[in-house]
Amino acid sequence: MANALVNVPPRARRGEIIEIKTLVSHAMETGYRRSQLGAPIPRDIIRRFVCTYNGTEVFRADLYPAIAANPFFAFSTVAAESGTIEFHWTGDNGFSMTESAAIVVE
Amino acid sequence: MVVAVSAFADEIPLAERRSGYEFMSRETRAMQDDDTANPGLLWVLEGGGLWARKIGAAGRACADCHGDARTSMKGVAARYPAFDATRGRPVNLEQRINVCRTERQQAPALAWESRELLALTAYVARQSRGQSIDIAIDERSRPFLDAGRATWNRRVGQINLACRQCHDDNWGRQLAGNVIPQAHPTGYPVYRLEWQGLGSLERRLRNCLTGIRAEPYDYGAPELVDLELFLMWRARGMLMESPAVRP
Repeated sequence: MANALVNVPPRARRGEIIEIKTLVSHAMETGYRRSQLGAPIPRDIIRRFVCTYNGTEVFRADLYPAIAANPFFAFSTVAAESGTIEFHWTGDNGFSMTESAAIVVE
Repeated sequence: MVVAVSAFADEIPLAERRSGYEFMSRETRAMQDDDTANPGLLWVLEGGGLWARKIGAAGRACADCHGDARTSMKGVAARYPAFDATRGRPVNLEQRINVCRTERQQAPALAWESRELLALTAYVARQSRGQSIDIAIDERSRPFLDAGRATWNRRVGQINLACRQCHDDNWGRQLAGNVIPQAHPTGYPVYRLEWQGLGSLERRLRNCLTGIRAEPYDYGAPELVDLELFLMWRARGMLMESPAVRP
């Protein structure tokens, strides 16, 4: 079961720099490991993380096998207007996860 | 190895006890302290969903009997393992959850270290964060506490070490690149960076046993539960941190 935790300040002043933090549950299986019987364990990782603010992309990251399980991102953006901040993680085996948070800008 | 063992050192005085948290790097502490950065909270989130889900032949959810976990489960994890009169011995939190599942919900027991059992345990334990560990020892539970202490003091494995030799006699010193902590189970289930996931106290104890090349006890073995009881009693009065992060 996939789930995600996002932390966006609910309120901000216009023009303020806000910090956004996200955590998503994912095994990030590298593809380099073998099972106890010697069979390769196929790679299963998140490939891309995108954050949009009222539809405009404000942050994007590509992920690789060396990234630990349950990837955590912290980044900042400028609070421009009230609306929705959306988070989207996509990866191997059709992994897709979306989360959103509302922000009020005064 | 850095073991220079005095014949039989005393237990750590109450005032000198320190959580594993205090032996961690600044970065790992920050990870535990921030609920968005602490991956253990992913299991807590999932456990909250399981708490409310009706399951088993009885069609009952945890919440149907226990209500809001934030009040009903507050301080519960700080009292486990607890003596169970029906079984005539202490049971740990995972065993208690499975007793509820099989007897009240009439659902199959969850496997040890399964994601669901860890999620429910983490959700229940989270409600005790900040509470002090309070293990009640009476005449019925004392023999099990003594058995746990005996396990703690018993040399085992090819390396022939007792828990006590590292965690009472040599805490704070180095074992390879790591600082030896005092082994207080204040934050279980913990998110261990080495595991890349959440794990129970029993998993951690089995890890140590493997490390000293002893044959680990099975999950749920009386020896492990008694040792858990002893460890929680030894940490009495310390504050719960569940779900903690450890390196």
